[in-house]
Amino acid sequence: MNLSTIIRLFLFPGVLFAVPAGWFFVWAEHKAVARIQRRFGPPLLQPVYDFIKLLGKRTPARHGFEADLLRLYPVLSVLSLFGTLALLPVFPRYAGGFSGDGVLLVALLEVPSVCYILAGFTSGSIYGQIGAIREAILSVANNVVLLLAIVTVAVTEHTFRMTELAGPTMNPGHWIGVLGIVLCIPAKLRLNPFSTSNAEQEIYSGALTEYAGAALGLWELAHALEWVALTGLVATLVLPAGLPWWLYAPAFALTCLVQVLLLSAIAAGTARFTLQRSVNFYWRWAGVLAVLALSSAAAMRFHL
Amino acid sequence: MKILDKLMHLARRKSPRIFHLNTGSCNGCDIELITCLSPRYDVEQVGIHLEGSPRHADILCVTGPVTRNTLNAVKTAYAQVCEPKAVVALGSCPASCNVFAGSPMIAGPLEKHIPVDVYVPGCPPHPDAIINGILRATEILAERGVREEAKGKPQK
Repeated sequence: MNLSTIIRLFLFPGVLFAVPAGWFFVWAEHKAVARIQRRFGPPLLQPVYDFIKLLGKRTPARHGFEADLLRLYPVLSVLSLFGTLALLPVFPRYAGGFSGDGVLLVALLEVPSVCYILAGFTSGSIYGQIGAIREAILSVANNVVLLLAIVTVAVTEHTFRMTELAGPTMNPGHWIGVLGIVLCIPAKLRLNPFSTSNAEQEIYSGALTEYAGAALGLWELAHALEWVALTGLVATLVLPAGLPWWLYAPAFALTCLVQVLLLSAIAAGTARFTLQRSVNFYWRWAGVLAVLALSSAAAMRFHL
Repeated sequence: MKILDKLMHLARRKSPRIFHLNTGSCNGCDIELITCLSPRYDVEQVGIHLEGSPRHADILCVTGPVTRNTLNAVKTAYAQVCEPKAVVALGSCPASCNVFAGSPMIAGPLEKHIPVDVYVPGCPPHPDAIINGILRATEILAERGVREEAKGKPQK
């Protein structure tokens, strides 16, 4: 572990940047949706107030192995997302021995989703289980697209090293891959129209129905970090890697924010799809796009 | 510790999450409560958020005269809201059973079964009155949280 790794893990885009940025993105999403609906929306510090308040709630004591598991899942989600953020190759020029790997990044990005599913099943609540089943089905559908999109980007560069994948290229496969990743973000963040798994009010609070207090606060933090990790992944693939750091950092934050606003507009403008329709979208349309992109990228790469 | 207490007090006042419980209401109060979420009143600007699960909530908003059928649900939902918590009785029904008073099907009024912190009168109450009631409840809840933490145990 060298200095660059430590900076990435703790300063940018790690803990010190990601936590406030995540809360800011959550606020920006609520604010954008509110403005689209001609409302004022929440105050800037709302996610911070929510988090602090949840830390102060006294939750009923749970005992046994299941209770330990329920406490473990949100912690695991938050830690894996910090890992994901550390792998993002912002400032690739300064990268030393630790160069992030795309496969590890995808695996770490998947951990919160798996924890969410397991939390729903472990909670024993019928609503939690319905939420978990929906999340499991949806993640099977959108992960195929996400994997194919990332493999497409990797094939165009002929590497899985994140430091080399960072930055735009002239290859159209790179951009189609980025589009595929963007298409998967609403499902990963459980936003409309792919909000079937948390389906607020419809199945209470989905997989997290039985959560309360600090554990729920950690889930909300994990959700905020997911915003940073996913939009940050797209930002690193889009922004030119050679920029100086004082230009790169604001450009990175701005690119993330633009995506947040775009996704909020989509969320505000659409109703919730049924599970069948969401799965159809990913398998049929996004899936076809991803396969085409991968095959064309492979054909170009190997001059077929 | 003083600063942390103040921060927690502020956070509790600024982040009231409510759970709506219908205990046999005629839907008049329910419609008025949902109106508060609409662009005209927009309670999100003061941090109020309607939750799907009582475990995520701080404030229980009860409408209806508490029918015998819903009595157990009232007690369960109240127990599921984590401390510190507050209860807001919306409309005349939970306060006095209103026109349903004396019916053998009614187990109300609400305060016979769970402690009530704020009454919002009206049949149905105006959305402005509901928002005012919820904000009063957040102050009570924040004060209660500080008192309980000073004592070191939940208040009965």
